[in-house]
Amino acid sequence: MFGKLTLEAFKHEPSQTFAVISMALGGIALIGLIFYLKRWKWLWQEWFTTVDPKRIGIMYIIVALILFSKGFADALMMRMHQALSVGDAHGFLSPGHFQEVFSAHGTTMIFFVGMGMVFGFMNLIIPLQIGARDVAYPFLNALGFWLFASAATLSLVSLAIGRFSATGWLAYPPLSGLEYSPGEGVDYWIWIVQIAGVGTTLSGINFLVTILKMRCPGMKLMTMPIFTWSILCAMVLVIFAFPILTATLCMLTLDRYLGMHFFTVSGGGNLMMYVNLVWAWGHPEVYILILPAFGIFSEVVPTFSEKRLFGYVSMVWALILITFLSFIVWLHHFFTMGASANVNAFFGIMTMLIAIPTGVKIFNWLFTKFRGRVHFDSPMLWFFAFVLNFTIGGMTGILLSAPPVDFQVHNSLFLIAHFHGMVIGGMLFGVFCGFTYWFPKVTGFFLSERLNQYAFWCWFVGFLLAFMPLYMLGFMGATRRLDHYEEATNWNPLFLTVAAGAFIILCGAVIQIYGLFMSIKNRKKNMDLTGDPWNGRTLEWSIPSPPPIYNFAIIPTVDQIDPLWAIKRGQAPKPHYDYEDILLPKNTPMGLYIGILSLIFGFTMTWHIFWLALVSLFGIIGCVIFKLSSPAEHEVITAAEVKEIEAAYLRRSITA
Amino acid sequence: MRLGKKFVRLMLILSGIILLLFLIMQPLTIYKFRDYIAILFPKGIIGVKQLNLLLIIQLLMLLVVIPVYILTFIFSWKYRASNPKGKYDPDLVDNVIAEYIWWGVPCILTLIISVLTWVKTHELDPFKAIASDKKPLTIQAVALQWKWLFIYPEEQIASLNFIQIPKDVPIRFEITADAPMNSLWIPQLGGQIYAMPSMRTELNLIANEFGDFRGSSANLSGEGFAGMHFITRASTEEDYQKWIAAAKQSSNVLNLVTYEQLAAPSQNIAPEIYQLKEQNLFTHIIMKYMHPHEE
Repeated sequence: MFGKLTLEAFKHEPSQTFAVISMALGGIALIGLIFYLKRWKWLWQEWFTTVDPKRIGIMYIIVALILFSKGFADALMMRMHQALSVGDAHGFLSPGHFQEVFSAHGTTMIFFVGMGMVFGFMNLIIPLQIGARDVAYPFLNALGFWLFASAATLSLVSLAIGRFSATGWLAYPPLSGLEYSPGEGVDYWIWIVQIAGVGTTLSGINFLVTILKMRCPGMKLMTMPIFTWSILCAMVLVIFAFPILTATLCMLTLDRYLGMHFFTVSGGGNLMMYVNLVWAWGHPEVYILILPAFGIFSEVVPTFSEKRLFGYVSMVWALILITFLSFIVWLHHFFTMGASANVNAFFGIMTMLIAIPTGVKIFNWLFTKFRGRVHFDSPMLWFFAFVLNFTIGGMTGILLSAPPVDFQVHNSLFLIAHFHGMVIGGMLFGVFCGFTYWFPKVTGFFLSERLNQYAFWCWFVGFLLAFMPLYMLGFMGATRRLDHYEEATNWNPLFLTVAAGAFIILCGAVIQIYGLFMSIKNRKKNMDLTGDPWNGRTLEWSIPSPPPIYNFAIIPTVDQIDPLWAIKRGQAPKPHYDYEDILLPKNTPMGLYIGILSLIFGFTMTWHIFWLALVSLFGIIGCVIFKLSSPAEHEVITAAEVKEIEAAYLRRSITA
Repeated sequence: MRLGKKFVRLMLILSGIILLLFLIMQPLTIYKFRDYIAILFPKGIIGVKQLNLLLIIQLLMLLVVIPVYILTFIFSWKYRASNPKGKYDPDLVDNVIAEYIWWGVPCILTLIISVLTWVKTHELDPFKAIASDKKPLTIQAVALQWKWLFIYPEEQIASLNFIQIPKDVPIRFEITADAPMNSLWIPQLGGQIYAMPSMRTELNLIANEFGDFRGSSANLSGEGFAGMHFITRASTEEDYQKWIAAAKQSSNVLNLVTYEQLAAPSQNIAPEIYQLKEQNLFTHIIMKYMHPHEE
């Protein structure tokens, strides 16, 4: 009846019990609050059933922020434990639990925080930048989100019921095989990643088609905003890479559930195949995360320099080159597996080639500032921090790409410092940059500049303190994922520094969350009435903030890069206002239903409750068939209504 | 939403000071921990060569990184919006010569590093025997749950979580695992290679100085992974022979039966020495996964 699920699954170590209880209390408080405010109907109609990419984007970011706090708590626990667990002391986590914590940290940060932020920005901004009212497949988009959300929920459930995987964020077999990990942990990991991955593929298809087919008249590929270009490249990567992940996980599932031998040690399985496949997805994946950040900087730097992006064409080709190269470098994640010198050298050199377009991008950004008027508002601060940190991360990346050097620093904390330089110094600072840049557009009010500056300093100092010593620790022979080390290694002072850095970062994150709450609380006082607070250049700034449900009352026509900037400088005609009826897709709860059923499916598969898994699987298929066989419904916003809404916006911006 | 006039100056000076402090801290850390920074102070020729390559690439990369840092600070200061003297040219959107420079210079640098990498990757291929007039010593390393077993096939001994080697003699490690994937890493001697069940990898290292060098597993292999560290003792030939003799006298015997007991999962195991009574133990460990699966 309950498969492998017993009461045993609810017993945890004290630190985890604490986390579970606080999570449960938080959840109950949230539900209570919704009841108190009588917001269920509003939530259902405006959010849960929505197919509006602007709403879906906000939900992506909310999920990402919630999961960020979990992933961040994991990181703090690890660093605190490592600072304390030396010699005779053994810290406060058992080895098994420590391994669960870092596995959860990686999985959470990559699949939910990184991807959540990318897909959030994409939903919020892409239709606005290409002058579209909607995405190509609104329902597919909503479905993608709900699969993402259900995977995120499953990862929270894994905290409370049973144990999570203790095999690292990529679960290499044979460690993740049935022989060495018989428990439910790896199964949780498989289903969390599988469900999130399918959702990602669906959204990827949607946005690729959206960008290719739904651009406003006159917008050619080579006049698209660079952020849109970066998302286009990232979506190409999603579509090529994620099916590899899905297939690989399927094979691991067959190994674990049906006793097959794809990756087992005995029976003719080959673990090296898994490592190859998972990185054939994994390397493009890191570019799926970083390319949108490059795109964000390419929007922000010109806007705050009051200049066009330097070398637009070069920037586009750099993106395309990175996209292409990212598929032929996967082997650099395991030079140490013993491939021949020819193979290793080839992949090493391919990896180095990526530095060329990346370097070009850095110089183009810098020369966008050249002879500009640079305003150091919040987004530019994050760009500043990005250049300084990302360059160091890039430099150490080149070191790692030379196989003989890699042999010495592979799997050491040097590697950890390198890729956190990329994902924090590159991707996360890009996310903060985009967050502060587009926040007034999306919400209609501003974040506090002052609090952002404080947060910036905390992150800047905290990051250096938390990751620079890791390079040195790597040189000292400290490997990643260590739950304990001897006193004689002399690593402890550096681990203490690292832990201190992590806490300074925590201060930064707390300030940001506080700033977010304060700006929501004081939103009446800091409204963005103009819709164009930064003197923007692209189409999203030509409409009010927050954008009306239909985005554009008039579909714009463009003939050059930075269309809004062109209008402002008198290089392009102002649009005419002839309103028309607007058709928008109707809300549907099917995405939510399929998400919930997927959650049940993932959970029951994890615990081998096969009857319920089968029921939910049929439910999912039923929902899909029902949705596909029902006619597409639209709601109409008449020309008169549009005129009224637009007039209201106009009055508001005049009073501003 | 415009910022105070002094803000840019404050930001640049403060971040400059912070970066400078970190820059100064690096050599100080290296000085303070010089006896512990295995990779920067290697004790064997392989480690030295790997370090040299690291330093050369680092140096070449600094040719790009330093200008980026300088330009970041200069442009941020000179073209700040509040600077009345900064030139403003909104139509400067491209410059062919500039583009040639920053596509070209990284291309040339990458070309240099690539050639270097190609040559060095072949030279430092872990499978390649180290040229020496001395006969290499073969050690078969087996990653177990969670300890390292080292078999000296020619000496007919084995050791657990400890190896002794003579200085200046090339060591040829043959590596496998009877456990999840591990990685054999002795940073003071040189780079690592994975230890995988049912497969045999090789690692050629040499110690050119006396000393005790820490080795470990660099790849997560389960609960006891953190305890898989061991000492590599590089000694004189005499001391080495003494140690071999002691091992041969050991009351611990390693044969197929005792091996199976040893292979059972256990954590934080103290070093041990064994007489080797099973000639083909290493082959046996690799081959045991080749047979049809037995439940």
